[in-house]
Amino acid sequence: MSRYEGRLPVGADGLDAPVFAEPWQAEAFAIVVALHERGLFTWAEWAERLSSEVKRPEAATDGSDYYERWLAALERLMADKGLAGHDEVDAMAAAWERAAHATPHGKPIALENDPERN
Amino acid sequence: MAARVRALETILTKKGLIDPAAIDVIVDTYETKVGPRNGAAVVAKAWSDRDYADWLKRDATAAIASLGFTGRQGEHMQAVFNTDDTHNLVVCTLCSCYPWSVLGLPPVWYKAPPYRSRAVIDPRGVIEEFGVTLPADKKIRVWDSTAELRYLVVPQRPEGTDGLSEAQLADLVTRDSMIGTGLAKGAA
Repeated sequence: MSRYEGRLPVGADGLDAPVFAEPWQAEAFAIVVALHERGLFTWAEWAERLSSEVKRPEAATDGSDYYERWLAALERLMADKGLAGHDEVDAMAAAWERAAHATPHGKPIALENDPERN
Repeated sequence: MAARVRALETILTKKGLIDPAAIDVIVDTYETKVGPRNGAAVVAKAWSDRDYADWLKRDATAAIASLGFTGRQGEHMQAVFNTDDTHNLVVCTLCSCYPWSVLGLPPVWYKAPPYRSRAVIDPRGVIEEFGVTLPADKKIRVWDSTAELRYLVVPQRPEGTDGLSEAQLADLVTRDSMIGTGLAKGAA
């Protein structure tokens, strides 16, 4: 069975269903909207990027990894435009992870808490 | 994922390309303000007001904007009206183009590969999976959305709703009925 067959992940038809499953999805979504409004790319350019990500063979057949694909498209677009390189994002993400571990429970995570920060 | 998004946000903020406060506003807008209730208001107005329905048919972008719902991507809107003869179904075969300003963000199934391909090949079968069986002689038209042009289905007004106000009518309009995978709810 190809990934384009199979039953649809039909869910509730509520008018008030939650839009994002996790906060990072909302942030990734908003970053793209904000960068587009700033004129860094056209929406057609974005749609093309997103399309090629969701068509990758490893993409989930039920659309459940949509925002992972969205983020991958954003990262590639930023790297191609020279706005945020892959290594730069890796390093900053690692700094955030270290800061999160070093922050006491219940306190807001701040990049300043990264023990390797210089 | 969370750390990578935060990393991107930090880098882009440092470069002055985004403003974290503006990001919060966008999130809040899509989480709480923009959603299918907007589309339901458009449909209910079209059901109640013939002039508005004509305007919506001719120039959906302007007719929808007149209610305060405008797109952020400069996209054009087209309203497609269900009739006794024809049912309309909307898909985005490319990715997930969707009329955000009136429906909010798309449901998971709209973005999933089976819907994106099968809506075109077997629209009747897809609609049946949503629990809707259309008469065999009803024609189904499938509209493929793009980044520039998005579609809103105007479902048929249910029978026995003559005395209802616009607000009461809006309650009968479901999200799926405005994509074409459902029908408006019957009057209670």
